[in-house]
Amino acid sequence: MRLALARTIRLGVGSLMLHKLRSSLTTLGVLFGVSSVIAMLAIGEGASEEAQEQIRRLGSQNVILRSVKPPDEPSSGKETTRVLSYGLTVADLERVRETFPAVRRAVPLRQLQQEVRLGARALNPRVLATLPEYVDVTGRIIEEGRFFTAQDDKNVSNVCVLGYEVAHYLSPFESVLDKRVKIGSDYFTCIGVMLPRVPLGSNPPQPGADVTGEVFLPLETGRKWFGDMQVRIRSGSRDMEEVQLHEVIVDVDSAEHVPLVAAAAREMLAQQHKQQDYEVVVPLELLLNAERTKHIFNIVLGSIAGISLLVGGIGIMNVMLATVTERTREIGIRRALGAKRRHIIAQFLVETVVLSVGGGILGILLGLSIPLAVEHFAKMRTIVTPSAPLIAFGISAAIGVIFGLYPAWRAANMDPVEALRHE
Amino acid sequence: MNEAGAGRDGSGAREPVAELSDVARVYHMGKNEVVALEDFSFTFRAGEYWSIMGSSGSGKSTLLNILGCIDRPTSGSYKVRGHEVSTLSDDELSDVRSRTLGFVFQSYNLIPQLDVLENILVPLFYQDDPPEDGEERARRIAARVGLADRLEHKPPELSGGQQQRVAIARALVNDPALILADEATGNLDSKTALEILDLFDELHAEGKTILIVTHEPSIGARAERTLRLKDGRIEDVIERRNGRGDSRGGPP
Repeated sequence: MRLALARTIRLGVGSLMLHKLRSSLTTLGVLFGVSSVIAMLAIGEGASEEAQEQIRRLGSQNVILRSVKPPDEPSSGKETTRVLSYGLTVADLERVRETFPAVRRAVPLRQLQQEVRLGARALNPRVLATLPEYVDVTGRIIEEGRFFTAQDDKNVSNVCVLGYEVAHYLSPFESVLDKRVKIGSDYFTCIGVMLPRVPLGSNPPQPGADVTGEVFLPLETGRKWFGDMQVRIRSGSRDMEEVQLHEVIVDVDSAEHVPLVAAAAREMLAQQHKQQDYEVVVPLELLLNAERTKHIFNIVLGSIAGISLLVGGIGIMNVMLATVTERTREIGIRRALGAKRRHIIAQFLVETVVLSVGGGILGILLGLSIPLAVEHFAKMRTIVTPSAPLIAFGISAAIGVIFGLYPAWRAANMDPVEALRHE
Repeated sequence: MNEAGAGRDGSGAREPVAELSDVARVYHMGKNEVVALEDFSFTFRAGEYWSIMGSSGSGKSTLLNILGCIDRPTSGSYKVRGHEVSTLSDDELSDVRSRTLGFVFQSYNLIPQLDVLENILVPLFYQDDPPEDGEERARRIAARVGLADRLEHKPPELSGGQQQRVAIARALVNDPALILADEATGNLDSKTALEILDLFDELHAEGKTILIVTHEPSIGARAERTLRLKDGRIEDVIERRNGRGDSRGGPP
């Protein structure tokens, strides 16, 4: 039985090879259909993975309030120095902590513009002043040493925790622990190194590369040394910015309460702030956005896939109907020599399935290269799961069976006498 | 080699291979009925070599299709080796064809994409329970008809005579009870045709039951017996001994 199937397949391939051009053109529809399926799955998977990662980074039970510099007002006169005061305030933080029962913790962050230096190596990372709870709320991991404690904050200790990239850039060959790192114009003892949010790449940061790392200080320490004022020197003018808090990470007790807290926080901030100098970021909403993106891609690529598979299937059916007519005499001969209807059906069905699966395999190869192109040009993450080629393969085989049945049935139901007489 | 005087009607008659009784075949062409065979009763016995002759429209093709189990009688009974086949299903008829019949056609009807050996094997391929030694048997038969060195060739690479030898080998591979040849030499030049007819003579000498349909008297005369048809009925039955005609008269 298996031998018979192998023979039938070999025979089918042989018949298709008699018309190489026709056979290869016939497979195009299935080829594009299948590659769209693969691309669709890869882009969809990539989008949802990206969303998952953002959630991981920001916390699914978190609502993040951020200060945003309001749009520039028309410059008043020819001042060269002005102070711009905007953003979240300590009062906002207190209100968030006290008003909403669903809020477990609210962790403020201040971002400072300071150079960080150890010996001859220097860089400008994000210097963040925050509270010890930051580690718990964001779920981040200390690689070595420790994060600062409430005691450090209270004592206004000169300690800092370096992000992994910063630590390895400043001190590539030995541990940075207990080293005295210069931030701005003062020295801070490094007490810990924190792993990055995203899983580490295999390559350590190269010296001189654009390192965007993080350095953490206790909130009070930051306030003591660097105050609330940021000075930014622009071409010709000095902009002074006063921002009390750059970010507040709100930890909500359960994911269901996240939308409520986000809505309430929006309302509260709208009342307190005259201008739109803040934003509310809800990681869960990011996930919903990603799902929406994925959904749109699925509709677009799914339609392309569906239409090309349908057209491809009809094309295959068309060619097979022509083939059946062309080979009427062969069918008559086979019937006269003892072929049953099912033998004829099997013969033509195998040919159709070989065509569509051949197109499917080429489509899988093309489909695997589309995500690479999308990643390169559209800068979107794509993920090809092992199941995607299997699904595509199954679809192409099914197309072959569905669109091959009718031509095969026509072939099998020819009258042998008529078929033998056919020229 | 011919059957001796005991004759086909004698008590020592050979086993019947194909028995037709009261067979009729009527075609419906629109409102018209065309009677291709009528009131047809006849028995072909094992080891006989028949030619079936008649002008076109005499019903010889219809008779051949019914004998070959690719067509069914409209009424009447047809038995192959004693088994009634006029009521069999399509699949069962296919079984009868692949097990007990061999076809040789005028235009060879080989399958072009298969090589010689594969063409010879086609009838075995469709048997539900093909013999283990099929390929060996096919090689032996190919050698028997003089094709031992052509097994890997495709039909278009062969001459007409060689192609017809492949077809004959294919008709022999399932060791059929009955070999049916339809104008088997019609497409061949006279020299090649004679070679093929010699081959039929040899097969007959080996005891095969052969039926050839032809419209050429010289070919028909080579067979041991001739059945003449006219208007769907038996016109004449001729038995020859040592090449001489011996009319047995019309149908009963």
